Amino acid sequence: MEILVCIKQVPGTTAVEVDEETGVLKRDGVEAKMNPFDLFAIEQALLLREKYGGKVDVITMGPGQAEAVLREAVWMGADRGILISDRSFAGSDVAATSYALSQGVRKAGTYDLILCGKQTTDGDTAQVGPEMAEFLGIEHIANVEMVLEAEGNELTVLENQENCQRQLKLFMPCLLTIEKDANTPRLPSYKRKMKTGGLEIERIGLSDFSDKDRRHYGLEGSPTQVERIFPPERNASCQKYEGEPEKLGNLFYQVLLEKKFVSENKV
Amino acid sequence: MGSLKVHQEKVTSEIAEKMCALCPFHAISYEDGTLKIDAGCRMCRLCVKNGVPGVVTFEEEAAQEIDKNLWNGIAVFAEWEKGEVHPVVYELLGKAKELAEVNGHPVYVLLVGYELSRIAEELLHYGADCVYCYDSQYLSEFKPGPYTNVIEDFVNKIHPSVMMYGATVKGRSLAPRAAARFQTGLTADCTVLKMKKNTDLVQIRPAFGGNIMAQIVTPNCRPQFCTVRYKVFSSAERSRQASGKIEKMGLADEKLKSCVKVQREIEKPKTIDIAQAEVIVAVGRGVKSRQDLAMAQELAELLGAQLACTRPLIEAGWFDARRQIGLSGRTVKPKLIITLGISGSVQFAAGMKGAECIISINQDKNADIFNLAHYCFVGDLYEILPKLLCRLKGGAR
Repeated sequence: MEILVCIKQVPGTTAVEVDEETGVLKRDGVEAKMNPFDLFAIEQALLLREKYGGKVDVITMGPGQAEAVLREAVWMGADRGILISDRSFAGSDVAATSYALSQGVRKAGTYDLILCGKQTTDGDTAQVGPEMAEFLGIEHIANVEMVLEAEGNELTVLENQENCQRQLKLFMPCLLTIEKDANTPRLPSYKRKMKTGGLEIERIGLSDFSDKDRRHYGLEGSPTQVERIFPPERNASCQKYEGEPEKLGNLFYQVLLEKKFVSENKV
Repeated sequence: MGSLKVHQEKVTSEIAEKMCALCPFHAISYEDGTLKIDAGCRMCRLCVKNGVPGVVTFEEEAAQEIDKNLWNGIAVFAEWEKGEVHPVVYELLGKAKELAEVNGHPVYVLLVGYELSRIAEELLHYGADCVYCYDSQYLSEFKPGPYTNVIEDFVNKIHPSVMMYGATVKGRSLAPRAAARFQTGLTADCTVLKMKKNTDLVQIRPAFGGNIMAQIVTPNCRPQFCTVRYKVFSSAERSRQASGKIEKMGLADEKLKSCVKVQREIEKPKTIDIAQAEVIVAVGRGVKSRQDLAMAQELAELLGAQLACTRPLIEAGWFDARRQIGLSGRTVKPKLIITLGISGSVQFAAGMKGAECIISINQDKNADIFNLAHYCFVGDLYEILPKLLCRLKGGAR
């Protein structure tokens, strides 16, 4: 089975601030790491390779430094790392990112299965997987807890829904987004690190894509525009209530109503 | 729309140094006398605004503008399961009506599934102008492929300006796929929505774990797609009188069939996992005896909450250890946590300070928990709680 896992480098912490004057993120000195959700996708891919053979490639889009997450994935056990990097992708929103990724995936090879983490910790949208699947013209299933079985080009998966789980059968090629805590990701191996020390990370840029039209990528290819970013209003002033129990009980109830934890018509 | 242009003739090594230092993403570098912007660029354009003037400029490129008058109406995707409409749909309808008023747009509901007539009738009580029904046995189960085909058909026929989805498991799978089909914008988990006079939807959402808010528009694409989480907006009120009409829509079977097969549905195993709970009632040493826990239990049941506790109550053997919050227990991040008789030790706080809303009852007005809580009730929980329970059960004030 030929598997491709899409991963992302994210800031090591979400504790970023906005520069009020310029409206730009202050990210200096913030260390980068692999999006933790992606670890479960990598682990699922490696488990499938152990069971059915084949190979596991990893791909990411970002600046040169993003190579670090590809190396980490290789140390975990992936076979090959591919970096999609080009200045033309600057300012991409979800749609432009998904489109560029889908172009990069086509260039990277032919795969039976594409796996993504459920979401990232920085964008937090959980949209890139399904959008990519649409651009690639393949089926997708989100929130997959486990791939149960592969037989020929058929795949049996366990999918999480809000109130139940569903066992689904579908054909490859397809794209799955893997649920958080679906498995226990292995640690990068020191042995592999030593063995793959000089590993070449392949680079793909706009000139390698079949669609080379600059207007389809980056800021220009993005249907959404960020008008401004600003710090959230902090509910800093805490409400303190003292007095008669009767009054406090009522106030408590009002707070629950206001915050929609209970509804009036329920009573 | 546009791109950054570097004017190399203006670059000196001194200027280059300034420009490199300026970029918050370290995307500007200076090599062999050339100032370069690499793939780390996020198009924040700080180098244009705050850099040495004229060194980097933003070259506007006029995009062909779409005719927004061709796109009318605010559409809500009506998710349902086992005969029940997901409550987020009523919240979306409440907001949709507000947004529609600005430009006098109609409000639409898109209902997809099988044997829908009862649900469609019910939806007419929430103020939509029209409920569009795609009713087919092939749509009885949610599958992203055919459901996207339905949305494609709906958009092509009705031309809504906005499409709203609940940020549910299904919504988060479907909305992006459909947005990609129209190569339009999708903004996830909006917490504020406003409508401009030119029909652009202003979408505000938290980013970076809520540390930053982003205001987003989709200025030159239609429809504008967005998702909203459950319990963010106020629900539309149900009126006794049904209004609006139901329109039956059809689509060829081959567009509705899918090679994805649902083999079986499995009920989720119910385990004690306070980490996943949206609402938590936590008790501490302020609860004097074991039988008094019944009060807290009742509150938890009324709010659909999980019961949790501090370490001393585990040591006393009152609770299963899986219900402990804190450094030596679980970390929780619920939408609401109510703490009863908890002083708020550092260890406990570490396990719950990420909660979106903290309401605390404690007798000691100087208790540490009150430095953390958003709503502090200073008093005896044995007096306040019965009053609250009475109100929750429908008692008069």
